[in-house]
Amino acid sequence: MSFNITNYYNEISKGDVILAYKGSITSDLINDILESVEKKLDAANEASKTKKKLYNILIESLQNLYHHIEEKHEGIEEELDPKFGVLVVKREGDIYNVTTGNFINSSRIKFLKEKIEKINSLTKDELKDMYKFILNHQKLSAKGGGGLGLVDIARKTEYDLEYAFYNYNGNYYFFNLTIKI
Amino acid sequence: MKPIYIEGTAKTPMVKYDNENGTIEIKGRSIPENSIEFYKPLVDWLDDYAGSPKELTKVDVHLEYFNTSSSKCILDVFKKLEAIHKNKHEVLINWFYEEDDEDMLEAGEDYESIIRVPFRMIEIVD
Repeated sequence: MSFNITNYYNEISKGDVILAYKGSITSDLINDILESVEKKLDAANEASKTKKKLYNILIESLQNLYHHIEEKHEGIEEELDPKFGVLVVKREGDIYNVTTGNFINSSRIKFLKEKIEKINSLTKDELKDMYKFILNHQKLSAKGGGGLGLVDIARKTEYDLEYAFYNYNGNYYFFNLTIKI
Repeated sequence: MKPIYIEGTAKTPMVKYDNENGTIEIKGRSIPENSIEFYKPLVDWLDDYAGSPKELTKVDVHLEYFNTSSSKCILDVFKKLEAIHKNKHEVLINWFYEEDDEDMLEAGEDYESIIRVPFRMIEIVD
């Protein structure tokens, strides 16, 4: 069965949802989401440590989307907003889940998969070294990203990054990333 | 050269650069999508300042949040300070963090291990 964005979105936005969004990922949208999640966490009297981690991870996840999403997706038939992405923040017991989703060109899968697997295989100290190495040796790309986002996220959580690539049409896959905090 | 004062916004920190007193202050949130745009004038200013720095340059960094895009720019700021320090001028970086914010403390320690300038980690207790 081929991947269907509506079914996917319905599936991931089940449960104790704090925020669910699908559509254009713009700078203004990021402001709105951060503000709204911050208010909800304040209202829920969440521990400041958890709040900070979640907020930090949310910033990096959204900005990863912002920097990497393609404006248009050739050959995708559904009507999608430009720079289409998905974000869901929800609670499962004591754990927060941040899930992001976006279409990616199949040529990028190998790189991304290897990067995530590598990050998941490292200890906290190794992640720290990797972070410092990239920080000190890699230039910021014109897009603004520097390859640090996922490493930074992984440093801030005790859990592995969970990911999946759903085949959409051979050329495009839908990339799902779930971060637990 | 002129001092710099930039008000903080939801995504960028308050910045105060004072060449007369040799003090630099960066405070608030630094989470812009494009941080180079924001930090370039601050890095360039330090190039000028390095020509005739004060005996002591005191730098207060008190960030609530910063993103990875800013982290590289902050490193660029620190590298300019390192150059001033290398030229036998005193530089001190005060890195402030909230008492339960281990991630922010660790971020400061990361910089301390990369940059050869004295750092002081200052915990803020509510």
